[in-house]
Amino acid sequence: METAVFIVAAIITVLSAFGVILAKNPVHSVLMLMATLFAIAVLFVAQDAHFLAAVQIIVYAGAIVVLFLFVVMLLGVDLAENLRVEPIGGQRPLAIGATVATAVLTILLIIVAASDSSKPESGDLAGITQETGNTGVANLGRVIFTDYVWAFEIIAALLTIGVIGAVLLTRRAKQQEVEEEVVEKEGGQL
Amino acid sequence: MIFAVDLLLRDSIGLVEVGIVLLKVGVAFVLLLLGVMLMIWFERKFISDMQNRIGPNLAGPFGIFQTLADGIKLFFKEDQVPAKADPLVFRLAPYLALVPAFLIFTVVPIGGDFSGGGDGTVTWWGRQTFLQVADPPIGFLIILAMSSMAVYGVLLAGWASGSKYPLFSAIRVSAQMVSYEVALGLSFASVLLMSKSFSTHDIVLSQGGYEWNLWMTGLVPFFIFLLAVTAEMNRPPFDLVEAEQELVGGFHTEYSSLRFALFYLAEFMNVITMSGVIVTLFLGGPEGPEPFPLPGWLWGIFWFCLKMVVFLAVFVWFRATLPRFRYDQLMNLGWKLLIPLSLVWFLALATLQVSDNRDWNDFIVLASIFGGFVLVGLLLKRALKTAAHNPDPDLSAPATAENNVEENAGRNTENNFDIENLKEKDLGGKN
Repeated sequence: METAVFIVAAIITVLSAFGVILAKNPVHSVLMLMATLFAIAVLFVAQDAHFLAAVQIIVYAGAIVVLFLFVVMLLGVDLAENLRVEPIGGQRPLAIGATVATAVLTILLIIVAASDSSKPESGDLAGITQETGNTGVANLGRVIFTDYVWAFEIIAALLTIGVIGAVLLTRRAKQQEVEEEVVEKEGGQL
Repeated sequence: MIFAVDLLLRDSIGLVEVGIVLLKVGVAFVLLLLGVMLMIWFERKFISDMQNRIGPNLAGPFGIFQTLADGIKLFFKEDQVPAKADPLVFRLAPYLALVPAFLIFTVVPIGGDFSGGGDGTVTWWGRQTFLQVADPPIGFLIILAMSSMAVYGVLLAGWASGSKYPLFSAIRVSAQMVSYEVALGLSFASVLLMSKSFSTHDIVLSQGGYEWNLWMTGLVPFFIFLLAVTAEMNRPPFDLVEAEQELVGGFHTEYSSLRFALFYLAEFMNVITMSGVIVTLFLGGPEGPEPFPLPGWLWGIFWFCLKMVVFLAVFVWFRATLPRFRYDQLMNLGWKLLIPLSLVWFLALATLQVSDNRDWNDFIVLASIFGGFVLVGLLLKRALKTAAHNPDPDLSAPATAENNVEENAGRNTENNFDIENLKEKDLGGKN
């Protein structure tokens, strides 16, 4: 049963991930991205990580991809990009090189992992799922607020700073000040 | 183990289990469709009464088949896809609007045998089960996730139509729904604090003995939730998405025939499921007194339906009495009132729970909570004053996404609309 779920979800994940980069229309790409996220959420559920699956949908599919779509829609998807112009010089050879390197590394890792006879310790994660039995939400919360409380608080502060910074940067200067500056400049020229 | 009761989560699944689950899915779907039919009729009748009209009265007794007639009419209308539309997304969008509404309903417990302190199980063909399609351990989060999915249907419909007014509508809806989702989630969290479980069934159980979350959370989260849900569903008075004076028909301007009907179906399905969610989260779900003996599960369904109808009536009542919000009023209400209030309330509830556990001095705790409220209120007022201290009238309205778009398209407000400019830019077009 688990294998069947994995195969179906994995096929959808991979195909829609290809769709993301192959679709000509950016909005179609975004839709494919959503399909990818959903398939990964299914994989999470198959691993009994219900909370992660739900958060994946709420945060990524529900908020971030909406913003992607928003931006894509507003920037005008009808603008066909000229593929002959390279904004960053030499990015294509670099991309090919990086892809090959990643592929080689992955294969190497798989070979190493396969040859390593000793099973890796599941460690904390196994403990978490074992203790709660089901969702692990309670234990997740406990771990976040005890062992990882500093990391958690620092990330929270970082995100808040990011939001406030974004608001400050995008807020336009007050009209009056701008006008005053203009007046000053014109006065200087006269 | 409570999870063993949900058939879908058992280890060994036989033909009977699959049959029961399929039956539940089928029944839930048919119930929803019937519910939508009656709800549309109910809304039209109720609004007619409030406006001193008669309303639909020809099709069937009291015009009850009016919706059916409308549905059949729409079914036989010509199905059009505009030349400038993105055909694939245009066809997909109505289904994306419909599916989340149904998925939310699957985790709402519509009944159950709670008589004599029962835990809501019913026995069918020797298998114990709940009267809800599924009771996943994260049912609560599924409601949140699916209500955030609902934005896609409208957003993509507006974009894919390849027309300017639907696009404006889509932009409005995405900003509105993403904003109100925060207030929705925070008032949700207060319920979670009381019930201590993500499972909708456990949430209902935790409210047993009339310890309903409505008063256990102190009323405020309930009202915030009600407002946020109304905004999430784009129901009046928050129906800026379909403001016909400004946007023609809103996101479904270009839709016709069955696809148009699907949007309607989705809207009313949302009203029904969200009423069900409110009843589940705040009003103890199927709990209620049993004045005379009947099978226990029947009382559950009766009380659930009764409570739900109250909320359906409330939503219609909103529509009949309240004028539509202006866009900046909507954003002000959401960001400057509902979100801070729900956040502070959530923290206060958490403090109260901890102090209850630790036997802290009640007076000091309450005083510090009150102090916290005052402090936050003053800070917020101060911040708003600073932000509002702006001589330019254009900027006194919050810089919403829509304002920005319109500025990009070469104008400041929707009122001094420049049609020529629009034609040049052809915002929604793809060619």
